[in-house]
Amino acid sequence: MASQLLRRAGKLINVSASATKNLASSLAPISQANRSFASAAEDTNPITIEIAVPYKAHKCEPPSLLATTTPQELVQFFKTMFLMRRMEIAADSLYKSKFIRGFCHLYDGQEAVCVGMEAALTKTDCIVTAYRDHCIHLGRGGTVKEIMSELMGRKDGCSLGKGGSMHMYKKENNFYGGNGIVGAQTPLGAGLAFAQKYSKVEGVTLAMYGDGAANQGQLFEAMNIAALWDLPVIFVCENNHYGMGTAEWRSAKSPEYYRRGDYVPGLKVDGMDALAVKQAVKYAKEYALTKGAFVLEMDTYRYHGHSMSDPGSTYRTRDEISGVRQERDPIERIRKLLLAKEIVTVADLKNMEKEAKKEVDDAVAQAKESPQPDPSELLSHIYVKGLGTEVFGPDRKEFTAVLP
Amino acid sequence: MAFFARASPSQAIRRLKDQSQFLNRLLCSCGWQNRSIATAVDDAKASVHSSVESGGKKRINLCSAINDALYIALDSDPRSYVFGEDVGFGGVFRCTTGLADTFGKHRVFNTPLCEQGIVGFGIGLAAMGNRAVAEIQFADYIFPAFDQIVNEAAKFRYRSGNLFNCGGLTIRTPYGAVGHGALYHSQSPEAYFCHVPGLKVVIPRSPTQAKGLLLAAIRDPNPVIFFEPKWLYRLSVEDVPEGDYTLPLSQAEVIREGGDITLVGWGAQLAIMEEACVEASKEGISCELIDLRTLLPWDKEIVEASVNKTGRLLVSHEAPITGGFGAEIAASITERCFLRLESPVARVCGLDTPFPLVFEPFYMPTKNKILDAIKASVNF
Repeated sequence: MASQLLRRAGKLINVSASATKNLASSLAPISQANRSFASAAEDTNPITIEIAVPYKAHKCEPPSLLATTTPQELVQFFKTMFLMRRMEIAADSLYKSKFIRGFCHLYDGQEAVCVGMEAALTKTDCIVTAYRDHCIHLGRGGTVKEIMSELMGRKDGCSLGKGGSMHMYKKENNFYGGNGIVGAQTPLGAGLAFAQKYSKVEGVTLAMYGDGAANQGQLFEAMNIAALWDLPVIFVCENNHYGMGTAEWRSAKSPEYYRRGDYVPGLKVDGMDALAVKQAVKYAKEYALTKGAFVLEMDTYRYHGHSMSDPGSTYRTRDEISGVRQERDPIERIRKLLLAKEIVTVADLKNMEKEAKKEVDDAVAQAKESPQPDPSELLSHIYVKGLGTEVFGPDRKEFTAVLP
Repeated sequence: MAFFARASPSQAIRRLKDQSQFLNRLLCSCGWQNRSIATAVDDAKASVHSSVESGGKKRINLCSAINDALYIALDSDPRSYVFGEDVGFGGVFRCTTGLADTFGKHRVFNTPLCEQGIVGFGIGLAAMGNRAVAEIQFADYIFPAFDQIVNEAAKFRYRSGNLFNCGGLTIRTPYGAVGHGALYHSQSPEAYFCHVPGLKVVIPRSPTQAKGLLLAAIRDPNPVIFFEPKWLYRLSVEDVPEGDYTLPLSQAEVIREGGDITLVGWGAQLAIMEEACVEASKEGISCELIDLRTLLPWDKEIVEASVNKTGRLLVSHEAPITGGFGAEIAASITERCFLRLESPVARVCGLDTPFPLVFEPFYMPTKNKILDAIKASVNF
């Protein structure tokens, strides 16, 4: 078994060994050398980058491996992903110092999926995800402060401190959360897409789930409905290779999740490459708007354990984790690209990192200052206002109140 | 100060002074110091009804007691199986640690993450005459399997005219509050399943009870849902008989005798109720405390006999009060003991709210809430 584990781990990293080589070859210098960082951050001249890991396609033609981007976008990718990484590291230490209690699932390692996705979407498109939702919320326009506050159960949290780690929402930007039960959000995605199509909104829904949830029955029910009615929904499987402590191949007869929609076409994407993700989501969005449901499998990796109670090292080797970090890290990939294309200097990157660290530190400080929700919030939002519904306390005689 | 739970009571009270009357009263009645399980846990009195094979005892926690029971179940019946999400590696609470190594991966195994599939699979396995012990990782995750449990497992025997059954099926699942579990890791869904004829619902209060009741549940010829109080997995420690023993299902146990009021509860809540009994005794109120142990079918006689003696009844559980199993007990006992009752049956339960994140201390049926209700009942 151990050898099997190692073999599989080798596979996880190997994908990327070739990826790095390809990356290097795609990093031929271009003619925009030696510009200042300030101009690079605003430079919107298109540049073309070759995507290193080819897509695998199921019942569709894969998109081109030449991705178009701009220096501005690459800088933004770097900044956002670095911010996400810092935020999750801060959450980790806040958890360890008991400012965050209970359940907390971190996203570090998977950042490219979120930023790549957002780069191909507008806020008219909807996203619904599971409980690993901090960075998705940030990607949808949330602030570090409201995320940190929510994590600590404070008033300034995006769900008023009533939801916590697993329940973040951003209504104005069509982020439908933040769902606690594995796989339960995917049928909801089909419903969102139906509403979009019915009301003729030019948008798609991204229903995200993990490789663990890929074995839940509800997902297949949702896929059937979505395909049957040609709903503009993209099922995004974030395959980080472990459903809690169980490796994908231990729980799935076919871990080729992009093919598991059967009649629904799919793509397997290098989820550690923001540009590959962007290109794939762009392609899938066009498909979903014109033809209907689509599956995207993002080959990604989480550095932390499943949740804070999982050290993340009992079911995979430390070599595997450090191997992925060295070979495939989504932030390092963009860092190398920015330097190789001479878009920014090492000093520029250091400044960006410093800014992100400061943003997170400030947000944590502010979140700590935020008070807990008002105790009356215990009784609010159970039913719609004005129903006159009573809530019964610990003793039906002594404690009753009309819900606010 | 991260949480109310970490605030001093005086600070918390000050913060709440201006709130609605409801909340004020609620707070004043919360004795929400950390749950101590001194009494119900260190349950040396726990009587072991059936014979214990080997005389020895060892001091273990509730988690190890479950592990022990599963070991014996697997060891004593070659047609028994243990499975669920991450179970092969020991499970998220480590209750199945070492079992796969001892009994092999064909009898102790991981399943994919699909609760409905796990239970349906278990029913099929049990229908062939095997003992299928399925784990649902948290009771909060049991709902995808609700259809399989309610429509398939519970009615198998009835609808096939006794040709088939899945009596060998036992579903283990950790339930209840842990101090910070919030909405999806704290619920107590026992009442949903008590509405389903054909099922048995069992909840232990301590390691000794857990081991004996789990073995009884596994060997019982009916499908059983076995809720494990996850708060007690590590906190609750006592001397547990080492050998193979079972405790009777559908038989409640009087764990504290008294004459003024009867208290009925189950699982982790009993520790809180015991504390309230101790407090009440300081004020001269003598409480009789009953552990129901099996909620379906439940032991009405022992509760009835006790209420006929004391004339008062209080039921307490963590689940929300409305539609909780306390309501069933209150109704049944009112029916049976109407003329003997000297005060209305009291229920001290969770609030009718979703299980809250930071306001768990308000939600919980704490010692002081119970103590208040005991006094109200006695002084009615």
